[in-house]
Amino acid sequence: MVIQPRNGWLDLHLADLWRYRDLVLMFVKRDFVAVYKQTILGPIWFFIQPLLTTLTFTIIFSGVAKMSTDGLPPLLFYLAGTTPWNYFATCLTKTSTTFKDNANLFGKVYFPRLATPVSIVISTLIQFGIQFLVLLVALAWHLWQGSPIHPNWVAMILGSPLLVLMLGALGLGTGIIVSSLTTKYRDLAFLVTFGIQLAMYATPVVYPLSTVPEKYRTWLELNPMTGIIEAFRFIYLGAGSFSWDLLGWSAACTTMILMAGIIIFNRVEKTFMDTV
Amino acid sequence: MSQTVIEVENIAKLYRLGEVTTGTLSHDLNRWWHKIRGKDDPYAQVGQTNDRTRKSVSDYVWALKDINFKVQQGEVLGIIGRNGAGKSTLLKLLSRVTSPTQGTIKIRGRFASLLEVGTGFHPELTGRENVYLNGAILGMTRREISSKLDEIVEFSGCAAYLDTPVKRYSSGMKVRLAFAVAAHLRSEILIVDEVLAVGDIEFQKKCMGKMGEATRDGRTVLFVSHNMQAISTLTTRCLLMRRGTCFFEGSTHEAIAAYLENEVSSGNEYVSSEEKSGIAQLVRAKVETSEPSGTHVHGQPLKVHFEVEVKEPLQNASFSFQITDNLHQPIVHAWIFDSDRPLLRTVGRHKITCTLPHPRLYLGNYCINTYLADSRSKSMIESLESICQFRIEMHNQHREWAWQENACKYTEEWNWEP
Repeated sequence: MVIQPRNGWLDLHLADLWRYRDLVLMFVKRDFVAVYKQTILGPIWFFIQPLLTTLTFTIIFSGVAKMSTDGLPPLLFYLAGTTPWNYFATCLTKTSTTFKDNANLFGKVYFPRLATPVSIVISTLIQFGIQFLVLLVALAWHLWQGSPIHPNWVAMILGSPLLVLMLGALGLGTGIIVSSLTTKYRDLAFLVTFGIQLAMYATPVVYPLSTVPEKYRTWLELNPMTGIIEAFRFIYLGAGSFSWDLLGWSAACTTMILMAGIIIFNRVEKTFMDTV
Repeated sequence: MSQTVIEVENIAKLYRLGEVTTGTLSHDLNRWWHKIRGKDDPYAQVGQTNDRTRKSVSDYVWALKDINFKVQQGEVLGIIGRNGAGKSTLLKLLSRVTSPTQGTIKIRGRFASLLEVGTGFHPELTGRENVYLNGAILGMTRREISSKLDEIVEFSGCAAYLDTPVKRYSSGMKVRLAFAVAAHLRSEILIVDEVLAVGDIEFQKKCMGKMGEATRDGRTVLFVSHNMQAISTLTTRCLLMRRGTCFFEGSTHEAIAAYLENEVSSGNEYVSSEEKSGIAQLVRAKVETSEPSGTHVHGQPLKVHFEVEVKEPLQNASFSFQITDNLHQPIVHAWIFDSDRPLLRTVGRHKITCTLPHPRLYLGNYCINTYLADSRSKSMIESLESICQFRIEMHNQHREWAWQENACKYTEEWNWEP
């Protein structure tokens, strides 16, 4: 092994990451266990948060503002939007502080730094799983009530893992770009928490894409999250504007952002100890 | 068959002094501008040598410069030097925590570093979970850890607390567990930085034994410490770092001698160089030797003079000093308390002198550590280490055998019968 001041742009040590896969799993376990030690309700907290958010949306946007939900039951419509959005947002915010949070550990031992954000994306899956369960229960209840929803069962099984993967990858990519840039200039960290709230309104989470006026629509479709959320809603509720073009654009963006993220992250990880 | 496992070539590391804030963006832009024109980094040129005592002219400093060395397989290499000499920076580069500004390092084999053990321990997790987590951070797979878990637990001596969260552990237990994990790592190269300072005597012995065992297995150990005793027992070859450069490389014995000569103290007189904030401080100390230039003849009475400046009157002052050998081990301890006779009770300068009528220090170099304290509140006012170096010679002693340095530290009066 040779240690040099600079490596090539594409020398990404991904094989190293694979060698340390047990470490990723240990981090996942640590994150999960550490959160629930000494709480009484434990994982129930994950139920409460999305339920309250959805309820608020239902009352404000549907009840008070009378916004369209593509003819779907409002509760279900918002749940199907916030569940994937929350996963993305949590991945992004948590990974965006990778370097700052782990400075102490990174300063002492070497291991592939990417193990930390990757483990965060995986451990956030647990939170997503629980919220997803809430969605499924709500879906079952509405089906039993005979609501006009048409879930696409085949697409659900085939497409869901792919969509979740895209959400995680997009969150990870954006998060590590932010975390790399914040090692020197902390300004971005302030932008993230606030920006992520604004970004939700630039994504069809609380409104359907079909109601957006034509002149804004192109801009909205450029947002890689739009395609994913719309596809998610289409699979589970059988409504909304799904198109392969939109999803393809999302996939391309996700790949690009993730690649860029890994490259930047690798550049920064070598010397960040001197600046953080 | 020994082969080179670590090869360090022209390593240098540049650090920016002061706060890394407002200036960085303009420096970054300037650096980038030079880079695209194919020129050298403009800030790498002005860097000066690493000397923490002098105020620097430039904003950049070479924490390390022109470091070259090789380590053979199975060797224990000691790294010594003053604080800020670049030891830790060197280890950080070797363990890939940060990368060098210039030069290359070639490493053959897996690397494990014990730079302050216990990093990555999560307080909420149990001892067992932390063994797995810490092991994984150090690069072990789950299976490797499982197969060694019993050994690790036995070595640490923490079996009873294995399922207790680590936050309830004492600091000594944490270190024991952490060192146990690292010591059982199947790595070819082990870096140890000052971990032996913690833990009790029994555990320190265990650690020393483990390190010896590691080298017998053909593993390579890099050992950084200020404990000259540990360095001299464990290592055969040493690197003496000074101001970011490798000042001396060679046998441990010579390296320690060079270290003490150059780094520790200058002469048998100490004069404080700065005004300290404490309520009293030692301003001058001198070992009065029987011969000039700090040489003292064995058996002659030895006088040690101290001058203490008292800024606030003390009621329960106590003062003591130790004479330490070249490995920083204390040989003699002498003390005085306010209860023996009034000591440092008024503001101003006080001279006190201690006479040792028949010191029987053996041939070698010695230093002094001083301790000025308040015996009522049990608080240390000022302590100084390794001041007033002096040398004991035994040339007036009749002997048919040549005196051997380090053969012993102290001799006694004796009577043989009949």
